Amino acid sequence: MAAVILQAKGLAKAYGGLKAVDGVDFALNAGEIHALIGPNGAGKTTFVSLLSGRIAPDAGQITLAGQDVTALPAHLRVRKGIAYTFQITSIYPRLSVFDNVALAAQSQGARDLAGAVGVALGRVGMQGLAGQEAGTLSYGHQRLLELAMGLALKPKVLILDEPTQGLAAGEIDDFGALVRSLVPHTTVLMIEHNMEVVMDLAHRITVLNFGRVLAQGTPAEIRANPAVQAAYLGTDDAAA
Amino acid sequence: MKGWLFHLAVLGVLAVLAVILPAYHANNLARVLVLAVFATGYNLAFGYTGMLSLGHALFFGAGMFGAALPVTLWGWGGLPVLGTGMLAGGVVAAAVGVLALRTKGVSFMIVTLMFAQAGYLTLIYCNAVTGGDQGLVLPGAARQVLGLDLTQDGSRLWLALGIYAAALAGALGLVGSRFGRVMLAMRENEERSRMLGYDPYTVKLKVLVISGLYAGLAGAAYGVFFGYAGAGFATVQYSILPMLYSLLGGAGTALGPLIGAAVMFWLIDFASGLTNAYLMLVGVVLIVVVLFAPRGILGYVRERWLPWLP
Repeated sequence: MAAVILQAKGLAKAYGGLKAVDGVDFALNAGEIHALIGPNGAGKTTFVSLLSGRIAPDAGQITLAGQDVTALPAHLRVRKGIAYTFQITSIYPRLSVFDNVALAAQSQGARDLAGAVGVALGRVGMQGLAGQEAGTLSYGHQRLLELAMGLALKPKVLILDEPTQGLAAGEIDDFGALVRSLVPHTTVLMIEHNMEVVMDLAHRITVLNFGRVLAQGTPAEIRANPAVQAAYLGTDDAAA
Repeated sequence: MKGWLFHLAVLGVLAVLAVILPAYHANNLARVLVLAVFATGYNLAFGYTGMLSLGHALFFGAGMFGAALPVTLWGWGGLPVLGTGMLAGGVVAAAVGVLALRTKGVSFMIVTLMFAQAGYLTLIYCNAVTGGDQGLVLPGAARQVLGLDLTQDGSRLWLALGIYAAALAGALGLVGSRFGRVMLAMRENEERSRMLGYDPYTVKLKVLVISGLYAGLAGAAYGVFFGYAGAGFATVQYSILPMLYSLLGGAGTALGPLIGAAVMFWLIDFASGLTNAYLMLVGVVLIVVVLFAPRGILGYVRERWLPWLP
């Protein structure tokens, strides 16, 4: 059993009467690619927002490498190694690609800023675009830039919120290869709707439904799980 | 490098003007330069970091009285009170910022305005010390700095130019630094910046204090240069002026505040010679700029011709 890098115990968050996340226990093993799936409204984004500190939980505890980070504000969790990339591309459109990545790199105290930015851009294959204004990039490149910013943070845990949304088939393949190249050095937690990508990339999968963990296991186990099929993977009666 | 040379050249032009301008305009230029120091600091908060403050009149007033009170109370000289005034602006900005930065956007604007109004009323209320409506007249003996007699137009202009040059260099250094990049990041997308590890509250507080130091220095210089400190300089119009200078000259450009201050000053000077309704003419010019160059004069120049301008 690999060491647990990020752990949540009894995590809960309610909006009014709606329990978006309802007592979730979760453990992320160091060096794995872990996918978080579930129907719309299952609480996936709320859950990773709790992990990254963007919103505060009503109850529960979060530990990063054994250290309790529940009370830490988001920016300090980022510095401790939890990076979050946004579902809706969230770059600085009026700044250059270089500045976008440099903001991430200098937050980690990079001494050689140009070097660190070059490495991060190199990993996503965007070395030649450093001088361009980020807002003028194609959508696919903006998603990659977002990823490069995440990488430049040198995170222990990289949380990707629907990273392949809106990408073309070829871009998705490149993305998959890239994510695979990150582990085991970095641990990846990704929310993803594209089942092909999930089954292809993930070592383990957690299924959320109505704010609770419905199932957890390897892709093969999840595929075979009748509860998951009913709730999500789309048997005929589930669609009704 | 190109940027530094360009700005050095601008300072060179100003120095030439200081030599050749007749007394009336030399005096005006000194005034414009001091107001440009104020606006340059305002622009760091507003143009680069995205904080729309209406509280800067208080920081300017704090600088003015931070300089004037040591003169009238303890007989201090011109150079040390420029320092105390600058410090007063920074301290008051820190105090306001700690509370006001819990809000943002329009709320921040209103909260800072309230603080500034409270500060203005305090100045009036404490009339035994501040002179209330009358203000304080500074004696000529206190208006000597580094051997320059500031009751003279010429020396006033040279010192104003020196202070502006230092203020501009400071602003250029700041916006060109790593911290300057974080300032822009706050302006462009605060939530994203938080998720890159930056605390918006502390970043903005730092910038507000720096901006307050600029306002304080400008207020102190204004008082010492022209020999008068009055509560009127802490009224809301002195918060709006640096905003207009920044918008007109180009928010988020280093030289924009100077250009805005100069254009506005001479525009009012010119228009008030034509008509009593000179503010109408000023308003028309502002509307034209907003319509055709929404990023201000220098913002337009940067967009069109000089993309490397800081």
